[in-house]
Amino acid sequence: MAVNYNNPLFEVIRNPDRCIKCRVCERQCANEVHKYDADLDKMIANEQGCVDCQRCVCLCPTNALKIRPNENQFRPNGNWSMQLMDEVYKQAGSGGVLLSAMGNPQNYPVYWDKILLNASQVTNPPIDPLREPMETKTFLGKKSQKISYDKDGKAHFEKTPYLELDVPIMFSAMSFGSISKNAHESLARAATALGTYYNTGEGGLHRDFYQYGKNTIVQVASGRFGVFKGYLDAGAAVEIKMGQGAKPGIGGHLPGMKVNEEISRTRMIPMGADAISPAPHHDIYSIEDLRQLVNSLKEATGGEKPIIVKIAAVHNVAAIASGIARSGADIIAIDGFRGGTGAAPTRIRDNVGIPIELALASVDSRLRDEGIRNDVSIVAAGSMRSAADVVKAIALGADAVYIATSALMAMGCHLCRSCNTGKCNWGIATQRADLVKRLNPDIAAERLINLVTAWNHEIKEIMGGMGINSIEALRGNRLMLRGVGLNQKELDILGIMHAGE
Amino acid sequence: MKKVYVNEDWCLACHLCEYYCAAANSGKDLIKAFKYSDKKPVPRIKVEEGSEVNFAVQCRHCEGKPCVKGCIAGALSIVDGVVVCDENKCVGCYTCVLSCPFGCIVIDEEGHRIQKCDLCTKNHNGEPACVQGCPNKAIVFEER
Repeated sequence: MAVNYNNPLFEVIRNPDRCIKCRVCERQCANEVHKYDADLDKMIANEQGCVDCQRCVCLCPTNALKIRPNENQFRPNGNWSMQLMDEVYKQAGSGGVLLSAMGNPQNYPVYWDKILLNASQVTNPPIDPLREPMETKTFLGKKSQKISYDKDGKAHFEKTPYLELDVPIMFSAMSFGSISKNAHESLARAATALGTYYNTGEGGLHRDFYQYGKNTIVQVASGRFGVFKGYLDAGAAVEIKMGQGAKPGIGGHLPGMKVNEEISRTRMIPMGADAISPAPHHDIYSIEDLRQLVNSLKEATGGEKPIIVKIAAVHNVAAIASGIARSGADIIAIDGFRGGTGAAPTRIRDNVGIPIELALASVDSRLRDEGIRNDVSIVAAGSMRSAADVVKAIALGADAVYIATSALMAMGCHLCRSCNTGKCNWGIATQRADLVKRLNPDIAAERLINLVTAWNHEIKEIMGGMGINSIEALRGNRLMLRGVGLNQKELDILGIMHAGE
Repeated sequence: MKKVYVNEDWCLACHLCEYYCAAANSGKDLIKAFKYSDKKPVPRIKVEEGSEVNFAVQCRHCEGKPCVKGCIAGALSIVDGVVVCDENKCVGCYTCVLSCPFGCIVIDEEGHRIQKCDLCTKNHNGEPACVQGCPNKAIVFEER
């Protein structure tokens, strides 16, 4: 096509005073943006393929590179943004559905940023977490409601399976297929070292990672990839994936191109075959059906493992969560609309779902009102960007949180949102052997451990400031939260007061 | 004795080690060494590239030490297990270049003498520059 309707989104700024023509940018760019021209003895760039992943910038030994948004502009239009116009050109060229990756990047409100935290002054002294014990250990699962005593006065509790977390943070589901084997290994090793859990996602569990089983949550999704007795037995908990925050109501599609020998073995599908997860579970059309699957999985695992049901945050999430709590599930995971994905139709990712803050608050309130909050634990997911977000989530009613985007960032991801291309320059969302080896699990696992350890320190600092020495006392403690710039309806849903009240 | 080893599983053939090595041994920073020098410095480490396997090679400070044995000028010697070259003695006969089984001895940028990896013991880098600069921990400096 002689006419190029889609201008490059970015431009490469190369400082000629710094560039030593070492060509590391050229070697490290899977999108083939940089090139050494021997005739000119110069590095040149073809920016058409640039996704702003920052790999070249990070590797450049002389800081000679900058990637900037392309300054070229269409005629400014308050209605038609450059992005929308660009997408029209793309679709007019391809005739296809637009694909995107990672979480919803659009300019919707972020409620975390409109919630402020409390601290103690005078009457209720703050606690110094470096001097006094501070507890962040978390248990997930049904909480025993009844204590009975036998005739000797010995107490008896209802025993239910649970997960024990040293930090209230787990790594959310990312399948082997959407991310590389090295990325999975890094998550598994980090979860083990941190005393928490990572989640296999729907792609099965690679045989090399069964050794990390006691820190693994195994997922059962609508495609049932890689699910068999050994897989269910390998994990510490089983998660039924009903939905995903980035693409509620949509299944998954791993292109056959990525289904290499290892993935084919792990997912139990032929090599090169597309792995398509249906939008619904074909055996679940009601809460009663869900209950059957929960019970089947409990039976298959001898009733020893908690069952998690993961749903996307959608309009009537509170009623759905209430149903799930009654289905026998031990834990509900709710994934907000900012949650990431390896690939989703752009229109779905950018327009479907609701913010996790509102979903979490309404689910917690609903379960409390119905007196069934202790029947389940709640795990909040869908963009926990910092320890402050985690604290706010727990104060809104979450028992723990799932992180994934920030975990990927710890491994090198720069949120270029091009996972769907399979050419991840950081070796995370790719199956190309030469790219996968760029992620050394020795480095990535350490960085993950660092991140969660740092967040846990910060959580303790914030709790200490509030005069709270145990995460249990923070859970659902919405008095610790105040809204700023929120209207009454939003405050009501969040169940918090406005700052100053 | 601590030596430099390469784990080919993690070597990306980015060639950064070559640049860090050359600059460290030239005593200049990367920009001065490669942009503002009359002759570009020559690295003492070389990345061997294959379609699937890559690895960086530099002097193994090996057991047999054929370079030391073959040196006609007494320029190569062993100091604390490290094979080092006295540039003032080297006459540029290149016997060592021919005898090194790993191809790790190179001719310097002037083209008159040899130079080789001395584990950065002669420059101000401290730990070997290739190890410090490797972005994927493929090159390590350790006891084995």
